[in-house]
Amino acid sequence: MTKKRIRPIAEGSDWTYEAIERYDNEIGRVAKAYGLDCYRHQLEIITAEQMMDAYASIGMPVYYHHWSFGKHFLETENRYKRGQMGLAYEIVINSDPCIAYLMEENTLTMQALVIAHAAYGHNSFFKGNHLFKQWTSADAIIDYLVFAKNYIAQCEERHGFDAVERLVDACHALMNLGVDRYKRSPRLSLEKETLRQKEREAYLQAQVNDLWRTLPRQDEAVAEEEERRFPEEAEENLLYFVEKHAPLLEPWQREVVRIVRKIGQYFYPQRQTQVMNEGWATYWHYTLLNTLYDEGKLSDGFMFEFLQSHTNVVYQPPYNSQWYSGINPYALGFAMWRDIRRICAEPTAEDREWFPDIAGSDWREAFDFAMKNFKDESFVAQYLSPKLMRDFRFFAIQDDDSKPKLRVNAIHDEQGYREVRRRLAEQYNLGSSEPNIQVWNVDLRGDRSLTLRHFVHERRPLGRDTDAVLDHLAYLWGFTVRLEEQSPSGSVNLVSERKSEKRRRGES
Amino acid sequence: MTVRIVDRRQDSKNKSSINRSRFIHRFKGQIRKAVADAIAKRGIRDLDNGEKIGIPGKDISEPHFRHGRGGKREAVHPGNDRFNSGDEVDRPQGGGAGQGKGRASPDGEGMDDFVFTLTRDEFLDIFFDELALPNLVKRQLARIDEYKRVRAGYTQSGVPTNINLVRTMRGAAGRRVAVSGPYGARLRELQEELDRLRRDCPGDPDIERIEREIACLKARREAIPFIDPFDLRYSNRIRIPQPSTQAVMFCLMDVSGSMDEQKKQMAKRFFMLLYLFLNRNYEHIEVVFIRHHTAAEEVDEDNFFHSRETGGTIVSSALKLMHEIIATRYSSATWNIYGAQASDGDNWNDDSPVCREILSESILPAVQYFAYIEITEAEPQNLWAEYERLQGSHPENFAMQRIGGPEDIYPVFRELFRKRLV
Repeated sequence: MTKKRIRPIAEGSDWTYEAIERYDNEIGRVAKAYGLDCYRHQLEIITAEQMMDAYASIGMPVYYHHWSFGKHFLETENRYKRGQMGLAYEIVINSDPCIAYLMEENTLTMQALVIAHAAYGHNSFFKGNHLFKQWTSADAIIDYLVFAKNYIAQCEERHGFDAVERLVDACHALMNLGVDRYKRSPRLSLEKETLRQKEREAYLQAQVNDLWRTLPRQDEAVAEEEERRFPEEAEENLLYFVEKHAPLLEPWQREVVRIVRKIGQYFYPQRQTQVMNEGWATYWHYTLLNTLYDEGKLSDGFMFEFLQSHTNVVYQPPYNSQWYSGINPYALGFAMWRDIRRICAEPTAEDREWFPDIAGSDWREAFDFAMKNFKDESFVAQYLSPKLMRDFRFFAIQDDDSKPKLRVNAIHDEQGYREVRRRLAEQYNLGSSEPNIQVWNVDLRGDRSLTLRHFVHERRPLGRDTDAVLDHLAYLWGFTVRLEEQSPSGSVNLVSERKSEKRRRGES
Repeated sequence: MTVRIVDRRQDSKNKSSINRSRFIHRFKGQIRKAVADAIAKRGIRDLDNGEKIGIPGKDISEPHFRHGRGGKREAVHPGNDRFNSGDEVDRPQGGGAGQGKGRASPDGEGMDDFVFTLTRDEFLDIFFDELALPNLVKRQLARIDEYKRVRAGYTQSGVPTNINLVRTMRGAAGRRVAVSGPYGARLRELQEELDRLRRDCPGDPDIERIEREIACLKARREAIPFIDPFDLRYSNRIRIPQPSTQAVMFCLMDVSGSMDEQKKQMAKRFFMLLYLFLNRNYEHIEVVFIRHHTAAEEVDEDNFFHSRETGGTIVSSALKLMHEIIATRYSSATWNIYGAQASDGDNWNDDSPVCREILSESILPAVQYFAYIEITEAEPQNLWAEYERLQGSHPENFAMQRIGGPEDIYPVFRELFRKRLV
């Protein structure tokens, strides 16, 4: 190669707007050369305090007020001040234009890293992955959050903030069970939302009243028929069910339930694609910056600083380390994407056997296919290679409380690969790691009580929070709430029953 | 196309403060308890700082449906260094590494306290809240800086309303005299010359020249401005800290066996409130702690609140000691003296009249204010009766109150605060 000296993009460790802009141009150029398809993006410079604030409100630039965000802020602030944690370098918002935050304390190198990671890595993932495409409307989320914040503030003015807080508490408790796992949600838009909100209020209320008005008279003949359940199919989206059918909620309360549900739904894809998404972004910041370095546009000092923080991010402590707290999604994701490229570019005999369809193929195509069509669970099930299992020295442990000891079911060896991979994929299946609780029945003819059913999986009981969550649900529902447990054998028994605290309009 | 870079650093500072105050409001009960614990640990002079407090983590956790321990579960972990398929291993103790994916903490017992720092204002707010202080008093006590504006000479710049006319005109007159001085001297000279020429040799061409010069000088003298921006003087005012005197506060407490920890904590709040009040009004405050059972002694703060004695009670011993200390160390001409006495009302019967006598003869004439609180549910005893007679004879600087809870403390100071607020 020629010894032609190319000047680095910028020098020194303090950032300037010009330097950031130059980096962004260069990184963007390389990203384009690699064929990354991104939303437009916008970089926002913020302070550490604003970063902590963004943390507390799940990274959203606007959010309604609630004490729990204050709690998260205090938590973060405490840890940050005690030096127990550095703040995350980046928060990126799945919106169009995609917003990436740069913290003012960061050095220029870190800013470049964040730009590559967030503004190009995450951004392209948001744009390409099918879950995000299907479930989120990047162009409307900010508008919707503005609507939500204003609406909740109005409710606070009108109904007092204690009442709103009580309601939001209850909704937050059920947020995990407020997602449609299979249906696509309609698109969000601020104007439509505001316009429709009034209409919806009236309509929803009418619906609910209808439900109770059409109660059949207590005919003997009817009573003898086998009672039909309502809903006829068990409903997994608790918040949706509450919004549509809770008898005593006021229209504004239904709207607040809907807001919390919508926002929960919006975050659902992120929870399902953590390994893939973080791995993808990490892979691309690594690749983009290395490419720039190879072109001679980055100094050695830049690379040392960059590699140091990169290495920290992708470190995976072993199971017996005091730092171990589960599998680091950055580490696993980054390793898997690198591995896919390796399988494409330099496949071994083993790879050809395990991955006949991608071994030796064009890695960019393989990448795009994987990025677009998978979520963590299926991604691991599809692409985790024996080599990676050996590198990570994965082993699967079974903990059965009816046995005195833990059992090692499989390790990273010929007999264990498929087993380890299957179990690891299962670990990323939100459906099985969270308890499966569905709305089973509403006693339309009787006391209007709501019955939930927990479909027990592998004898796992519910945690201690359960009663507290049921109290919240009983508050929303307005009448008694029961939780039943159905074991795989089909036997059902009552776990808990909470009487509602309010029965204002219900005649008891 | 260049990227858009937006500087948000100036935007919405303290965006989280609403969420923070919501949080504090929500957990007021727990925080109040934590503040009470913190007060027990603090010195009574130490009220101007925030406080790091902890509230139980489980109280503030947000519930969700999740799995508890038990059942059958599997997990994949990295870093295998010793296992083979089919190995059986003991369960690690205490939710350590290797099992359960950290689920131990939401369900387990060992959830840490949630620790955070209250700011000074939040801390005082909760402290005042407990004492049920009226808002006006709260504001007065929470205010840090109280300044008085005093006159401090004159300056050459200022706002028109502050122009000092006398000074300005005096300066202008001086300037006019000073500036016109040389002209006057020269004029007089020329006038004399002119007079001489006219007298001695009329028709001298110099006359005309001198006349012209005189006219010119006069015109110049006329042109000196009557008042010039340079003359303006403004009254100057500066702010100086208001409290500029010294006070001494006597804390008297019965430490006989019947004063339990809870009563002492109540007494502590009583002393703290008085201290806080004095702190706002005096620059320098000394605190004297006198504890007594049958005999009184002067102690430091730690011993004052934390040691326990038994035996009978002779209140007059403490009052005598207070009087002696006043006489030797705080002659009342330079010191503002405040007394605060807390007890559970027990006293040796024959001693109570003595107490009244000492108070009315020697102490009350020397002090600004003397407050007595009786922390008890029992019927008042003879000490109370004797003190009631004092209240009649010294209504302006003696106050007393029977106290059941901290919210009863404030009324004993009501008169004191009212006087100061006017």
